[in-house]
Order: sequence, then C-alpha cells, then structure tokens
Amino acid sequence: MADLSAVRAESLVKSFGDFRAVDGIDLHVRQGEIFGVLGPNGAGKTTMLRMLATLLPIDGGHAEIFGVDVRREPHRIRQLVGVTGQYASVDEDLTARENLWLFARLQGLASTRAKSIAGDLLERFDLQEAAERPLSQFSGGMRRRLDLASSLITRPPLIFLDEPTTGLDPRTRGQMWDTIRELVTDGSTILLTTQYLDEADQLADRIAVIDRGRKVAEDIPDALKTQVGDSTLQLRLADGSDTALAADVVRRLLGEEPVLTPESGRMNVPLPDPDRAADVLIGLREAGLRISSVSVAKPTLDEVFLALTGHGADEPQMEAAR
Amino acid sequence: MTTSTATSTTATPTTRNARRVDPSAVVARTTSRSSLQATWVQILAMAWRALKKMRRKPEQFFDVLIQPLLFTAMFAFIFGGAISGSVSNYLPVLIPGILAQTALTVCMATGVQLREDMDKGVFDRFKSLPIARIAPLAGPMIADLIRYGIASVLTLVTGLVIGYRPGGGVLGCIGGVALTVFAGWSLAWIFTWLGTMARTAQSVQGISMMIMFPLTFLSNAFVPAETLPGWLEAFVKVNPVSHVVSAVRDLFNDGAVTAEVGWAVIGCVVVVVIFAPLAVRSYSRKM
Repeated sequence: MADLSAVRAESLVKSFGDFRAVDGIDLHVRQGEIFGVLGPNGAGKTTMLRMLATLLPIDGGHAEIFGVDVRREPHRIRQLVGVTGQYASVDEDLTARENLWLFARLQGLASTRAKSIAGDLLERFDLQEAAERPLSQFSGGMRRRLDLASSLITRPPLIFLDEPTTGLDPRTRGQMWDTIRELVTDGSTILLTTQYLDEADQLADRIAVIDRGRKVAEDIPDALKTQVGDSTLQLRLADGSDTALAADVVRRLLGEEPVLTPESGRMNVPLPDPDRAADVLIGLREAGLRISSVSVAKPTLDEVFLALTGHGADEPQMEAAR
Repeated sequence: MTTSTATSTTATPTTRNARRVDPSAVVARTTSRSSLQATWVQILAMAWRALKKMRRKPEQFFDVLIQPLLFTAMFAFIFGGAISGSVSNYLPVLIPGILAQTALTVCMATGVQLREDMDKGVFDRFKSLPIARIAPLAGPMIADLIRYGIASVLTLVTGLVIGYRPGGGVLGCIGGVALTVFAGWSLAWIFTWLGTMARTAQSVQGISMMIMFPLTFLSNAFVPAETLPGWLEAFVKVNPVSHVVSAVRDLFNDGAVTAEVGWAVIGCVVVVVIFAPLAVRSYSRKM
C-alpha cells in the first residue's frame, strides 16, 4: 500500500442544533502509531471519535480509514475499527466470559473458536478469576479491561480508545498503558483521547490538541511541551525584597525569564529540564538568598491550554452530546 | 511487582506476536454487508443473549404468568352468564379472545424492553460491530417466542380447568396456539418499531397501551361483533385481531383450517413486511 495512513479526515463537522461540537477538524493518523487527542471535557473529542466509528452520522467533511470511506461504507469500517468507549460498553446482565463469547459469535466466529478466544482474552487481561461473576461486582478497572478485551476479539488494525484511564487508580492506569503499548507492538494503530497531558505524553507519538471543536495544535509531545516549558520551579523566598536578586541568578544560570510576585516573595521559573532545578537552588544559596518553600510542578493541561488558546481548560464549555 | 511483570512478559509473546496485524490484508477481507447466513447467526446470538437475560430476571415473566390465569377466570365468571348464558357456553368464545389479548401484552413488553435495552452502553458496541442492523431487533423477538408459548399454553390450560372442552382436539389446539404465537411475533414488529422511535421506555409503554386496548376491545375477542352498533361493527370486522381471534376459534372449536386462518396469516405477514423494515431503518438512523 502506497498510502500508509490509518485515518485521514478532512474538515469534519458535527452540529447539535446551533452548537458545533466538531467544527472542521483535520486529522491524519499514520499506520502503527499512537495518536493522542488531548482536550478538556466537551471539546468534541468523543463526538469526533464516534463519527469516525460510524456511531454518529458525519455532518460535513470527509473521512477515510485505511482508504475506506467512512460515510459510504460503514459496514467495512466496523470491520476495521475496535471501539472502547468512555463508558464501558459491555452487557451488565452477562458474565465476562458470556460477553466475550457473544461479541465473538456476532463477528462470525464459530462457537468453539469463540470460546477459546474468550478464554485467551480473559487470561491476557487478568480476568479469569472473575470470568463467571456478574458484571455488577466488577471494579471500574476490570470493566475497562473487559471493554478493551471485547474490542480486540478480531484483532482490528485500528483501535479507538476514548479516555481509557479516566477514573482509574494510578496502578490500574499503568497497567492499561502497558496494554496499549503492547497493542502497537502487535501492529495495531491507536487513536486515543485523553484529558491528561501526562497520559498523552507517556503514550502518544503525536498529539492533537482540541478545543471547542477545533484543532488548536498538533505536534510530537516534546514540541508541545517546550511551548509551555517542561516543568516549573516554584520558589518562595524568605525575604520578599530578594526577588529581584534571585531573578538575576535565574537569568544568569538558565537564560529564562522567571515570573515574579515580589509582594509574597514568590518566583516561578520555567525549567527546560527538571534537572536544572538543582542549579537554581545551588545558585541561590551561593548568592546568600534564603528559600522558605520550593516545589517542582509539571505543566498541567490547563497551562498547555492557556499557552495555546489564551483561555483555561476549565472555563465552562457546552457539554458535547454523546 | 517485579515477579508479576516478569511472568506476564515471558508468557504472552508466544501467543500474541505469532502473527502481526496486517491492515491491508484486513481491508481486503472486509465485506460491505453481512451475508444472509451471517445475519442468521447474529440473530441467534442475540436471541441467546435475550434468553440469558430472561433466566436472570424471572420477574419479567409476571405478565405471561399472571394475566392468563387471572383474566381467563375473571372474564369467564363475570361475563359468561351475561354474554353467552353460561360460563361453559362462553368459554369457546372467550379463550381465543384472551389468547389474542395476552399475545398483544407480550408484544408490548417487547417494545418497552427494547427501548430500555437500547439505552444501555452495550448497544454502543452492537452498533460499532459489523453486524446486520436487524440482528439486535430480531434476536429478542425470537427469545420472546417462548413467552408467547407459555402465555398461550397457560391460557388454554386455565380454560380446560374451568371446564373448556375444545372440539378441535389436540391438533386443533396445537394449531391455534401456533397461530397465536405467530400472530404475536408478527404484531411485535409494530411495538419494536415504536421502541426504536420513542425517546423513553415510559413513552413506549404509554403509546403501546393506546394501541393495544382499542385493538383488543374493539374486536370480537370478548363479545360477538353482531351485538355492536353498525359503525363499530365495521371497524371490528377489519381489525386484524378479530381475524386472528376468529381463526383461533375455528381451530380450537372445530379443528378446521378456514378462510379466516388464511386471512389471519396474510394479515400478520403484511404487518411484518411493513413494520420490520421501518423498525430497522429507524434503528440504524438512531446512531
């Protein structure tokens, strides 16, 4: 195949009444990569994914997946894409094993083959012990794992993950990340949405930042982060009148312009590399400037948004209809 | 921590990396629609799901258990004397009527349950899978055949206990029950269509009631059509439920396959031909 794109979407549009949930987004996902779509609640991430998965009609624009037209050939698209939703789309009234068997049968696997695949997936996702239990007894993490397992029955070449770790504890989140990386090793392409910069940074080869239905940036994670600084050193000086002197030290050492709040003796220093925090601290001690508190913070999604759009991520936005 | 990661990394690659996903090969294998045979397998899988749910929620059998018992006994003893002179004379008229009414009640539940079901997360997955759009609708209807069966047999048995002696014999009774089950299944497509159209399960319930009551009471199910005013008699005679009731009476009481049986079957087929495509269309649009 000459064209190595997994998803190619041009000026996608979805409106709900007067509200444009997705307002002309271009998306190009290459085969074999993890592509992250980053944005706050209601930015249009889920709506965009649902359009590409044939779950919502496309109002405007054009989309192809592995060269197949999404609007014209929805049945083909459904054979190419595995969808794992934000809310686990598994049957609450069946057991985990029954869920997997049902989805396998629906996709044309013979009964015995469906049984063995269900067994394999339960083992791979560490659900064997809970296999015969009703789903009402499942934890959020188990549900997500079962949901993801259900999407992998036919080993689709493209997998959509809609906020795969929202609401999971850190340990379960780490396991989910490992699983997602394994999928790519097996040759799948992944399009995932997330609200966490950290997650996009950990997983994605490229990130598109979505805000109010529009794409405001697209780049590799490192490039996006340098736009906001990798992390910030937050200092509070024991003597507020020292801030100007401290700022000189920072400029000399890092060549960065710190943000000062002399009234409270605070100083925020953008760090190109967290390692350099030590240089600043040593420099301040050598200059005889005393510090009352210090912390290093990673840039939050909010800071990325502020840098990219000029407004914060938590400003009220219309909740996109699901 | 270290031991668990070590075991998982050694155990999995043998099975997983055996074959890598090849997108172009998968694209080449895709089909633009499900074949008839695949569709049938999908419908049966969905029927299996509905049966599993039935077994885990036996309370949804209340309507098919209580209604035949209660309504048959109640109607027989209350209306028997007034309409046919005695309970035993009324039973041959009443039992087929109750059968039709019970079948319609089951139909109604089909629509309501579908609506409830469609609001669940799992329907997102059904929609995202490459399956025929008719499968999630037709599957539960196959499972419902069991409910029609239970309701019909129970009504008939209640009748027999009260003193009903069908002249059509065993074969006539089997034929009558079979016709009721078929009619119920056919009419259920109307309510399935409603289920895909309405916004909430409650509204399906409400609309279904408004359809079910006129259809059963403005028919010959409980009283002879001749006793009604002319304009009403005209409606009763074209009401498909009347044809089903008359056909079931002919089968139960005389064991005869009359023209009414033919009309009833034709009527049911017409309902399916109209409402099944409507239901599928409305379901696929609601994406």
